[in-house]
Amino acid sequence: MSSEPILEVRDLTVEYAVARGSVGAVDGVSLDLAAGEFLGIVGESGCGKSTLLFAIAQLLSPPAAITGGTVNFKGRNLVGLTDKQLAASRWQDMSVVMQSAMNAFNPVKSIGSQFKDAIQAHEKWSRDRIKQRSAEVMKLVGIDPIHLKSYPFQLSGGMRQRAMIAMALLFTPDLIIMDEPTSALDVVAQRSLMVQIKELQEKLGFAVAFVTHDMSLVSHFSDRLIVMYAGQVAEVGTTRTVFDSPAHPYSKGLLEAFPSIRGPRVHMTGIPGNPPELINPPPGCRFSPRCPVVMPQCSRIEPELYAVGDVDVRCLLHVNGGVARV
Amino acid sequence: MATIGVSAGVDEAPTTASGNRSGRKTGRDSRFGGNLWAAIRSNRKATVGLIILVIFVILAIIPQWIVPGDPAAEIYARMASPSAQHWLGTTAYGQDILSEVIWGARPALIIALVAGLFATVLSVLIGVSAAYLGGIADDILNLLTDVFLVIPTLPLVIVIAAYAGHHGLSVLIIVLVITGWSYGARQLRSQALSLRNRDFLQAAKVRGEKRSYIIVFEMLPTMTSLIVANFLGAALYAILTASGLEFLGLGDTSSVDWGTMLYWAQNNEALQTGQYLWAAVPGICIALLGTAFALLNNAFDEISNPALRPVRRIRVKRTHS
Amino acid sequence: MSDTPAPLLRTEKLSRHFTIGNAFSRTSLHAVDDADLVINEREIVALAGESGSGKSTIARLLAMVYTPTSGEIYFRGRALSSLKARKDVMAYRGEVPMVFQDPFSSLNPAYRISHGILRSLKLHRPDLTSAQQQDEAERVLDVVGLTQAADVLTRYPYEFSGGQRQRVGFAQALACRPKLILADEPVSMLDVSIRIGVLNLMANLREQEGVSFLYITHDIASARYVADRLVIMYAGHIVENGPTEEVLRNPKHPYTQLLLSAVPDPRAPLNVTAETDRGEPPKVVNPKPGCRFRQRCPLAIDKCFEVTPEPRLLAPGHVAACHVATSEGPTQGALVGVTERNEQEVNE
Repeated sequence: MSSEPILEVRDLTVEYAVARGSVGAVDGVSLDLAAGEFLGIVGESGCGKSTLLFAIAQLLSPPAAITGGTVNFKGRNLVGLTDKQLAASRWQDMSVVMQSAMNAFNPVKSIGSQFKDAIQAHEKWSRDRIKQRSAEVMKLVGIDPIHLKSYPFQLSGGMRQRAMIAMALLFTPDLIIMDEPTSALDVVAQRSLMVQIKELQEKLGFAVAFVTHDMSLVSHFSDRLIVMYAGQVAEVGTTRTVFDSPAHPYSKGLLEAFPSIRGPRVHMTGIPGNPPELINPPPGCRFSPRCPVVMPQCSRIEPELYAVGDVDVRCLLHVNGGVARV
Repeated sequence: MATIGVSAGVDEAPTTASGNRSGRKTGRDSRFGGNLWAAIRSNRKATVGLIILVIFVILAIIPQWIVPGDPAAEIYARMASPSAQHWLGTTAYGQDILSEVIWGARPALIIALVAGLFATVLSVLIGVSAAYLGGIADDILNLLTDVFLVIPTLPLVIVIAAYAGHHGLSVLIIVLVITGWSYGARQLRSQALSLRNRDFLQAAKVRGEKRSYIIVFEMLPTMTSLIVANFLGAALYAILTASGLEFLGLGDTSSVDWGTMLYWAQNNEALQTGQYLWAAVPGICIALLGTAFALLNNAFDEISNPALRPVRRIRVKRTHS
Repeated sequence: MSDTPAPLLRTEKLSRHFTIGNAFSRTSLHAVDDADLVINEREIVALAGESGSGKSTIARLLAMVYTPTSGEIYFRGRALSSLKARKDVMAYRGEVPMVFQDPFSSLNPAYRISHGILRSLKLHRPDLTSAQQQDEAERVLDVVGLTQAADVLTRYPYEFSGGQRQRVGFAQALACRPKLILADEPVSMLDVSIRIGVLNLMANLREQEGVSFLYITHDIASARYVADRLVIMYAGHIVENGPTEEVLRNPKHPYTQLLLSAVPDPRAPLNVTAETDRGEPPKVVNPKPGCRFRQRCPLAIDKCFEVTPEPRLLAPGHVAACHVATSEGPTQGALVGVTERNEQEVNE
């Protein structure tokens, strides 16, 4: 992995216009992604992880808009660029895998013709070259190229998702953004897809930003992990550290909310309460109303991200570690 | 895309209505009462339509206070141009045009609302039952709907009206209802079909509710906006078709009605003889009332389906770093 | 048979087929075939399987939404097919209500929370006066953890979160004084941190109200957390059935083993199986005899392609439908059972 990050997000803020004003879905999020790195972004619904992903890919549409911050991809700030300016890097340097292949694929066109559309949008290749590349990527994800003639509904769920990944690989991009690509699949198919993605990543060397609500799913595959809560980064660090010793009470609570099939059967409690309304977040730390180790100052002071060993954590428990980011 | 719900919770405050994994939008449903009023006020189309409709309703209720006297009385000078006593002039028979137009609002509204109402009732009964019952019942009801849909309306209407002998308001309304219900039934059926698999209907069935109860008390209340939109569409159909029939002379030609005014204007070659107002004004009134219904129809579509609403744009204050 | 008390609910060779195509077609989708299921009093039975395995169909058969194509369901000893009078059917529905998967469509948005609960009371406990019904409605909301019950009853569903709505669903079921609640994936659409609360609720209801549950899920880990017995389904067949811990420690059926190996567990090191399974469950249309897992099974023998395996008792209370499975330990040569893998966790 090179030391220069290919993706640098700084203080990204996304707001939605609603009747009562605006809602801050993503509030000052910063992250780095190095070449070839697998970054997992986890959080529950409403935490802003999908919005963050769409903002990075510049795919937001009204009523949502980026209202602050930068997204530097390979040295270029993508925020504010027009579609035409973005077209140069779309799909060739950065591609996106959506949550539901059934929604992302055109149901009335064959897989092969959709690959062709994607290719022709960016390059003028000969028919033979298009065919060859399409067959190549299908083989990469383990689907018989004969299925290029199939329609999306003719493929099973797992195969469709793999076809989506194949499409994302057409130009061997440097970064693939994945928005919960496994959530529509069953456990066995999920597992095989994750293994496949990791294998491809190691073979082709692209970076992955992987959003999911299922922390345990990424635990074996990601290099680093970001835990999001209420539009902010709660904790970020190497996966193993975050799992073995979560510094933020929310990460801890989240990890403990996954029952295990191994080990002793223990009583679990989950995290009481609900995430806050982002139109009017609570004062101070956004997790304080639900925090099991809340201190009096937590509802007055808004914590920054503090460095604690391998991780950065947004919690006043660790304020003595020094501010990690300005 | 993550969506954020806005509402008050029950347990600890602050809470949201978004504790779910699917991240579905849980914004306010259109609750009736206060929210309906707010919904109409915030929707420009609805406001305009409502204002026009209210004006006509007032004209229909109290015409005698605005233009007292008998509108059909042929007592004035014939073919007079607009003046202080006759703001819109007079007809070839010496009737005051303004008076006729204002008194004409009442039958127009009665036709639109009554025919619209009965046609909607039929549409709802047939469309929603077909969707919920499925199977053979659905097939039979569909066949019935298709037959009525396919019959050419105007010839049928002319034939029935001519056959019925006496031409009155009630015949007109009956004819409009018979020909007007099938389109709405189709629409409501497809909308009901999409709602049919919602879990709360299954829950009602598992609870042991009877089918008729489920259709009337569980399904219809969630389709209110759609039914109202349908009603407005039926009212629009009614007013336009009724006016057309009256123009052809199939209504009660002695009544004071916009369509009948057009009939008499045509008979007296109003446009060719320069009596533009006699023909234009009732036509404009029909168009305005129709527009009011159309605007409200669109507005109710938008109220019941948030996906159709105009999208807000946020004013982006870019901070360049 | 020892003197174990009679089961609350028992199915015998329960099958449900759907005709695909028009009324004259002969294409039959076998959603459930020959299911033998037992649920006792005060017991939580988890029915686990992938989507399309038939688990939701079984729930709907038990809820009398579908009628069986063949086979029988016995509730308290009485066959459901013998319930003809509306009174009898209603009595059954009151004893076996259902909780649904999607909290956002399981409550009618046009009515307040009180509507569903009061309707349940009206239909199944008509002897109560309306004051008593109001009290009972508040009581069941209290039991499920929505403590400001009187206030909750006056609100609309949109004012509540997914977890709270699911609790309302349980309250509606409780209002009927049920013996068995059919819970169809009640936590699948909830956030992870909320799921445990609802699962704990189910365990509490079993203890305090004496209610049994049929907990349908595709998540084995949550099944293990809350269920006394675990039933695994594949392609319409019940392939394994037994006490939860026993099935997890000694999975007899190769499909169970595949399922267990695919469950992600952050606390365990990654164990990538040599052959990552790429198969999909078959669409069971006009099936021939034979084990339905045969295409994907690493242990399949000739017999598996010809003879449909019958469920066999391989350990106390532990049944599996597999020609290759034996009574000694997990079936060798397939994927390892859970404890063996724990023994392999030598160095991190």
